Amino acid sequence: MATLYDRYSSIVYAVGLRVLADTGAAEDVLQEVFMQLWRNPGVFDSSRGNLGAWLAVIARNRAIDALRKRRPETNIADVVVSVEPDMAGDAQRSRAMEKVRGTLDSMPAAQRSALEMAYFEGLTHTEIAAKTGEPLGTIKTRIRGGLIALRKAFEA
Amino acid sequence: MSAHEQFADDLALLALGQLQGEERIALEKHLEECAACRRELEQLRGDTALLALSAAGPAPPRRARERLLKAIAKEPRSPKMAARRWSWTLIPWFAAAAFALAFVFFFRQSDRLAQRVAELQSESTQQQAQLDRAREVVATLTATDAMRVTLIAGQTPPQPQGKAIYVRNRSSLVFLASNMPALPSRKAYELWLIPTNGAPIPAGVFKPDAHGSATVIEPPLPAGVEAKAFAITVEPEEGSTTPTMPIVMMGAGE
Repeated sequence: MATLYDRYSSIVYAVGLRVLADTGAAEDVLQEVFMQLWRNPGVFDSSRGNLGAWLAVIARNRAIDALRKRRPETNIADVVVSVEPDMAGDAQRSRAMEKVRGTLDSMPAAQRSALEMAYFEGLTHTEIAAKTGEPLGTIKTRIRGGLIALRKAFEA
Repeated sequence: MSAHEQFADDLALLALGQLQGEERIALEKHLEECAACRRELEQLRGDTALLALSAAGPAPPRRARERLLKAIAKEPRSPKMAARRWSWTLIPWFAAAAFALAFVFFFRQSDRLAQRVAELQSESTQQQAQLDRAREVVATLTATDAMRVTLIAGQTPPQPQGKAIYVRNRSSLVFLASNMPALPSRKAYELWLIPTNGAPIPAGVFKPDAHGSATVIEPPLPAGVEAKAFAITVEPEEGSTTPTMPIVMMGAGE
C-alpha cells in the first residue's frame, strides 16, 4: 500500500486540492480514497482500467461529494474507467500531463471553462448554462466535445 | 463512434456524475442493453481521468502518508483472512440466519399465494354467477315450453314476425320468430345476413314449432361482417348457400 501511495497519492491529492481548494479537505479525500482501496482491495481489478486513472476518477467524485456536502453518490465498485496512457510511472505521468495541459490550452476558452466548471467545480450543466447565459444544449455539447478532444490527443 | 448519438451528450454528463432525474433513469436503462454506449461511458470516464492530470500540483504533505499508514496498521489487511479465522465459529450462526431468512421469505410467499387464491376464488364466483345468468337467458329464449306472446296494436290479425339481434364485433346473432306459417314437408326457413357489401350470408335454418315460434342462437358467421339487413327465404330443409326467391320476410337495421 505504501508503494501504491507513493505512486498515486500526488494525483489523488492534486485532484482533491483543485476541487476543494483546501489542503485539509484534500488530505481527507486522499485518506478516504486509499482507505477504501485498503479495505476493499477487490473493488479495483485491471479490467476496470489502469489504477491511476481509476483513483483519479474516484478522488474527483469524492471531492465533489465533499464540496457539495452530500453523501457519496457513486458506488466505487461500479466505476469502470477506460484510458490509454498508463499513469504508473512518473515520466509517463508527466508526459501525459503536458499533453493534457496542451490540449486544454488549445481549446476555445468557453469550452475549457465549461469542462473545468463541470469537472473541478462540480457544477451541473444547468448551473453552467445559468452562469454563462448560454443554452443548455451548447453547454452539454461543449463538455462532451472537450472530453473527446482530450481522448483524441492521446490517440494521435 | 458506435455509441448512440442521441445519448452522446448525456453519456458525458453521466461520466461526470452530473446527469440526474428522468434523463439519468432513461440512460441507465439504455446502458443495460447497449454495450457500445457502456464502452463509450468507460472511455468518457477515462477522459475525465485525463482531465484530472491537469490538476497536478504540490505533493501531499508527509503527515498525510503517516496518517494513512497509521490508520492501515489499525485495520486488518484482508477481509477474506478475517473471515477465514472466524469461519468455523460462525457457521452455525450463518446457518441459523439463513434458515430465519428462508422462513421469513417462504412465510411471505405463502401469505401472498393465499391472498391470490382468495382473489381468484372471488373472481371465479363472480364469473360463475354471470355464466348462470347467461344460461338462464338462453334457456328462456330457446325453451320449447316457453309461452311466446307477441303484443300488437288493435284488432290486427297476428302477423309473422322476426327479431334479429346482431353484435357485429362478436359475430353474435340471436333471432326470434313468431307466428311463422307452417311449411310444406322437407322445407325450412333460412335466415340470411345481407352485408353492406357482397352476397347474402346463410345465418341459420329453422322450422317453427306448432305455434309458429322459432329461434336461431349463435349461428356460425364470418368475423366482423357489417349487416345491412336480415332476410328469410324458404329453402330445402338442409339449407342453401344462396337464397331462393322470393324473400318471405326482411328487415333492415335501425
